[in-house]
Amino acid sequence: MPPTQPEVTSPADPPDVGRVVLDARDVTRALTRISHEILERNRGSRNLVLLGIPTRGVHLAGRVAAKIAEVEGVDVAVGSLDVTMYRDDLRLRPARALLPTEIPTGGIDGKTVVLVDDVLYSGRTIRAALDAMNDIGRPQAVRLAVLVDRGHRDLPIRADFVGKNLPTSTAESVAVRVAEYDGEDSVTIR
Amino acid sequence: MSPSMASRHLLSAGDLSRDDAELILTTAEELRSLADRPIKKLPALRGRTIVNLFFEDSTRTRISFEAAAKRLSADVINFSAKGSSLSKGESLKDTALTLEAMGADAVVVRHWASGAPHNLAHAGWSRSSVINAGDGTHEHPTQALLDAFTMTRHLGPMDGRRVAIVGDILHSRVARSNALLLHTLGAEVTLVAPPTLLPYGVETWNAQTSYDLDAVLAKTDVVMMLRVQRERMNASYFPSVREYSRRYGLDARRMATLQDHAIVMHPGPMIRGMEITADVADSARSVIVEQVTNGVAVRMAVLYLLLGGSEPAIATSAHDESEQQ
Repeated sequence: MPPTQPEVTSPADPPDVGRVVLDARDVTRALTRISHEILERNRGSRNLVLLGIPTRGVHLAGRVAAKIAEVEGVDVAVGSLDVTMYRDDLRLRPARALLPTEIPTGGIDGKTVVLVDDVLYSGRTIRAALDAMNDIGRPQAVRLAVLVDRGHRDLPIRADFVGKNLPTSTAESVAVRVAEYDGEDSVTIR
Repeated sequence: MSPSMASRHLLSAGDLSRDDAELILTTAEELRSLADRPIKKLPALRGRTIVNLFFEDSTRTRISFEAAAKRLSADVINFSAKGSSLSKGESLKDTALTLEAMGADAVVVRHWASGAPHNLAHAGWSRSSVINAGDGTHEHPTQALLDAFTMTRHLGPMDGRRVAIVGDILHSRVARSNALLLHTLGAEVTLVAPPTLLPYGVETWNAQTSYDLDAVLAKTDVVMMLRVQRERMNASYFPSVREYSRRYGLDARRMATLQDHAIVMHPGPMIRGMEITADVADSARSVIVEQVTNGVAVRMAVLYLLLGGSEPAIATSAHDESEQQ
């Protein structure tokens, strides 16, 4: 091992989680701001449908819906949209387990759909989501809300609502943790 | 059998690990919701070719596989024995070479001979995936999967659940595949039949046997009735249809002895009045029509997991959560 390597951590040490970019309170503030921006842009909650992209996007969509209910006193439709079968790298890897797609009872035809995801990176997931939505209905408009935009887009896609713009190098990895799934809210980079 | 050999094909319900079986069932659960959508189509198998190779008549299974493949956007070629070169005496090998030359990615095969799909998969004639859609009196793994899927939807996890499979076990590939898969999933299987209709070697099936239907019914969670396959019988296995029905048929009186949550299943085709009466088949406990609906979702799951990625996902148990963002 080269001498410049840091000391090997013993198994008892907590795993290296990297640098915390957003802690739980930052995540809550970011989601609160996104919720207000969605309402402002949409001029209220009329016709809104929030579709989270599994796994963490679904929980984030649920948080945004709860915040909108708190502010407007209206329950907006929330669902989930699995994009696995629409991915452009489907054939490049072993077949992956499917995740839940739950379209709210009112459907998405004529609605303003806000896609919610944790991290926006290459944009390929969102392209797949747009294709997946095409097989489900025809929304009036589609917007995109992400907790973190880390740049390095491969496709002409941008987010309408961003929790945090995070300049990264492609060598770094960004991890979003949400309380419902991971036990805590945080965004880390390493 | 090495994992890679087991994974490209689905030949026996016994080749599936518990993880494989559960992955198929959860995938089927997601795919079932497709039936409620306006566009019943997914792009996963675009450009893949699936051949339905049926040496034996089967409307239900062929249509189910065809619907499953088409809903996943695969190209489907139906090839049945009647009216094809198969009826002119072409061998399985020559048929396989033809399909290989046509670029089939998967062959769904139904054959009257037990073991024909195994030959097709392992003789080196072709590189396609082979899916057993019923071979002789041997196995019918996708039927077992759709049965397990239907049971799970009604009863939850199958651990410790009791399943009675009743009737012509001797000629039933459905019974064998179900016994194998249900054992993998932790259920207790009891095969109920007259002694003449239990196969030789049944004690190796990981299932109990009984000659007494009434004794089994009160404790069971699922009762699966099988058709008496008279087309495969060259001898007399029971004195008369009437006597068979009296001892091994499911009628309203017997159904009344079941537990409240117990369900009644039948893989079809049914002979109403023989192994099952019409009022039982049409009762609220009967999930027979649902089995057909679930068949499409389960076969979609199998085709997707075998053909959807760069390599099969079952028998290798690849559960990676996508890191792509």
